[in-house]
Amino acid sequence: MRACGRGPAEAGMRVVTLTINGHDVSGRDDETVLDVSRAHEIEIPTLCQLDGISAWGGCRLCLVEIEGKPKLQPACTTVVSEDMVILTESAKLKSYRKMIIEMLFTEGNHICSVCVSNGNCELQHMAQSLGVDHVRLPYLYPKREVDATHERFVFDGNRCILCTRCVRVCDEVEGAHTWDIQGRGINSKLITDLGTPWGESTSCTSCGKCVESCPTGALFEKGKGAGEMTKEPQFLSYLAEMKKAKESE
Amino acid sequence: MSEERNHDNYPSRIDSADDLKVVAEAERKRQQQFKNRVFVCMGTACQSCGSAEVLAALKKAAEAGGDDSSCLVSKGGCQGNCAAAPLVALQPQDRLYQHVKSEDAPSLIKSISDANAISKDLVCDNKAPFFEKQKRVVTEFRGLIDPERVEEYIAVGGFESLMRAVSEMTPEQVIQEMRKSGLRGRGGAGYPTGLKWSTVAKSPGAHRYVICNADEGDPGAFMNRSVLEDYPFRVLEGMIIAAYAVGADHGYVYVRAEYPLAVERVEAALKSIRKIGLLGNNIGGTKFSFDAEVRLGAGAFVCGEETALISSIEGGRGLPRPRPPYPAESGLWGCPTLINNVETYANVPVIIQRGADWYSAIGTEKCKGTKTFALSGRVKNTGLVEVPLGTTLQEVIFDIGGGVPDGHAFKAVQTGGPAGGCIPATLLDTPIDYESLQALGSFMGSGGMIVMDDTSCMVDVAKFFMQFCMSESCGKCVPCRVGTVHLHDMLDRMTKGESSMEELEMMESLCDMVKDTSLCGLGQGAPNPVVSTLKFFRGEYLAHILNHNCPAGVCAPVGEDLRRPACAL
Amino acid sequence: MSLSSVSPISKAVAPPSDDKRWRIVNVTMRRLGYSPAALIETLHAVQKSFGYLDEPAMRYVARSLHVPLSKVYGVATFYSHFRLKPEGLHTCVVCLGTACYIKGSAKLLAAAEQCGRIRAAETTPDGKMSLLTARCVGACGIAPAVVFDGLVLGGLTPEATREKIEAWLK
Repeated sequence: MRACGRGPAEAGMRVVTLTINGHDVSGRDDETVLDVSRAHEIEIPTLCQLDGISAWGGCRLCLVEIEGKPKLQPACTTVVSEDMVILTESAKLKSYRKMIIEMLFTEGNHICSVCVSNGNCELQHMAQSLGVDHVRLPYLYPKREVDATHERFVFDGNRCILCTRCVRVCDEVEGAHTWDIQGRGINSKLITDLGTPWGESTSCTSCGKCVESCPTGALFEKGKGAGEMTKEPQFLSYLAEMKKAKESE
Repeated sequence: MSEERNHDNYPSRIDSADDLKVVAEAERKRQQQFKNRVFVCMGTACQSCGSAEVLAALKKAAEAGGDDSSCLVSKGGCQGNCAAAPLVALQPQDRLYQHVKSEDAPSLIKSISDANAISKDLVCDNKAPFFEKQKRVVTEFRGLIDPERVEEYIAVGGFESLMRAVSEMTPEQVIQEMRKSGLRGRGGAGYPTGLKWSTVAKSPGAHRYVICNADEGDPGAFMNRSVLEDYPFRVLEGMIIAAYAVGADHGYVYVRAEYPLAVERVEAALKSIRKIGLLGNNIGGTKFSFDAEVRLGAGAFVCGEETALISSIEGGRGLPRPRPPYPAESGLWGCPTLINNVETYANVPVIIQRGADWYSAIGTEKCKGTKTFALSGRVKNTGLVEVPLGTTLQEVIFDIGGGVPDGHAFKAVQTGGPAGGCIPATLLDTPIDYESLQALGSFMGSGGMIVMDDTSCMVDVAKFFMQFCMSESCGKCVPCRVGTVHLHDMLDRMTKGESSMEELEMMESLCDMVKDTSLCGLGQGAPNPVVSTLKFFRGEYLAHILNHNCPAGVCAPVGEDLRRPACAL
Repeated sequence: MSLSSVSPISKAVAPPSDDKRWRIVNVTMRRLGYSPAALIETLHAVQKSFGYLDEPAMRYVARSLHVPLSKVYGVATFYSHFRLKPEGLHTCVVCLGTACYIKGSAKLLAAAEQCGRIRAAETTPDGKMSLLTARCVGACGIAPAVVFDGLVLGGLTPEATREKIEAWLK
């Protein structure tokens, strides 16, 4: 694989000014809409995004309206430019975001009351903050499995929202690439190695980064009861910053 | 100029336009030895009807024939009217024979000198509207060259454009000519080709790539397959010219695995072109070096999408990526990448040869040139047709296609594959061009055109397309992965008479959401067949929902309640 | 040879067996520089040679190309073309593309399923036939089309389909 010959961002990136929700803000021209919004405490909902790993653009919650662009753009991958005019909240966006959460609830078997992450779940929080209090689509009730073969951790497919944060963290930060997705579309399923039990994996280092990165109770530590699993993925952005600093030495 | 000659006395390398002339002359001389030529179509459709056996039988019969019948029997390309397969063309008599069987070989050979020697049933009227009303640019050779011999392609002017481009024009001049021509991407999006080339050429990077998208996944589309099988040299010539124009050093032809013959032909063509020095180092004796190889698809419709295709070539799952950045700036391995459709490249040599002005005189104001269409479904003359953009649906379906057979009534034509829409009888005078079809909620797509009659149920058709999108969804984004399942289930309930007006309303708003929030064209286009059939055939939906019956008699026999399935005793 | 960079192999990985067909697979990997980008082409070579992709084969390819196991598995299961189980002696592929569907290929599939007593994507218990569906084989001009052991036949009826399958299953 021959890379393009374009190196990392040079020092002295241009600063650009733009408007988000009517507020004038500024950012570097290598930052995303999400980066700049958060720097100015403007919240944009996300689920598949996690500081410290690459952007995925799959959950579609962070879609925003940008003047001059007919299609909605994902804030996590769209880079800001001079005079960009962005709207992060609107009736349409709210309605679409609610629908995404509803779809996620119908896709898996999310039973909060018996879940280790009850009360500490990003999916739950998102539903609450968007005001999703009922689901207007029929539940699909898929047949999904639980893999408890690993010594320390469990994967419960019923709670997986296929955000791939675990896949990315294992690939990009730990470097083991134990997790990946089998199949495609609605039949997509998270697997380890050759679709073999996690406990038999020859690549897994048991570092637990995937567990910390998982937004729901799909990945959790053995021994945790309902509502007891709390996750602290903040170390990832610290690791990313350290790595960046080292590379630019 | 290379002095090496192979045993056929052709130069083994083409280093100048003169070398090309020498090869062309030698080939024409060779062909003139035979007073007549018989071309047997070896495209997939004709082969499935036994054309390989017909070819063998004709070769045998030709050997046995007398001097008056001296002829060269060769593999040929698609004549267009696949419904009459196997097809055999006779030159210079300009005759076309249809439904030819091996047993007919002796009489066919006799017919060279005596036109009455062959049964009238086998004679195809090649002056019929199906043929006369077409304008052949991409398919200008009408299948009358052997697709496996580079010398035959050279004899009809092949590679003159490439030589001209690399030895007489600068890359900028080539791009200018493409911009002037007005050619737009033939894969469906209709993006101005010259502009795309210009963007790639200007994007900084140590390497640039060109890719030929031959992952024709739209069910009902086989134009690219046909063009690749019949004119592989032409498509590759266009690709090499593009590489010269944008400054690429390597290229890929991404062909779907379901097209083994096309793969075979392209691989053989690459070998031949490399052998004569028009691919590889120092193309045509100039400093320009470029090579290309085939990459196989593996059965994923989503890989027809540019960024998913790139993911596939990189060896991964065919997952699309957010755009921007566009492949023209950052594509394969982060490098500027030009991706164009098979047919787009096939148009390039003719534009360089006859000029942008000639090309832009065909078609309409905004849509220049011709387009091939795969006409199929409930229409008399199914097959491959090529017409100028701007031709109306009426002309293609009725004048060329011969209309709907067996006394049935035309109901709708589906264009653009699973991202397209259905157009009803009242809009048959719509000109076929990118903008007009989009305005109707459809899409030209790659050229699939499926005719439906009163035996098709539009709710069932919408369900069919949604089923396709659901099973081909890559699964990366939530709206497409889950949304298509719900839309499919809703349509399924409608066909079973188990739906409601509330559900119809939910379905409509779900369509908007999936269209607006999906990551790539697959999800964005998946609701189109539903939206378009709802727009023009809402009555059918209401009949299913409110009256629990299927007017077309597909979901259940006419008059029967959808909720009571036929008892299978 | 593609421009993908050549990964150095300090210690050659041995194929799962002495079967001569591994040579074809090795040739493919070598031609493409043992690059991770060669994964799909290599899996094609394995399937072409052996009929399907089994666990030892996937492990061998993963090691040789330096691709993680889960990535190989993810790719092998993403694309419809790849099979992880051996196919039957005969293969019947019913095209369910739009043109074929409009011309009644769903009925051909029903006839095939009935005749073989299996559903699509299954193989008969005696291993004589696998029944598959395709999204479009590009033979729309002769719809409805069915591919019998690689041979595309068009204009079929449910009876003709049944006849062919019965002959196989005798």
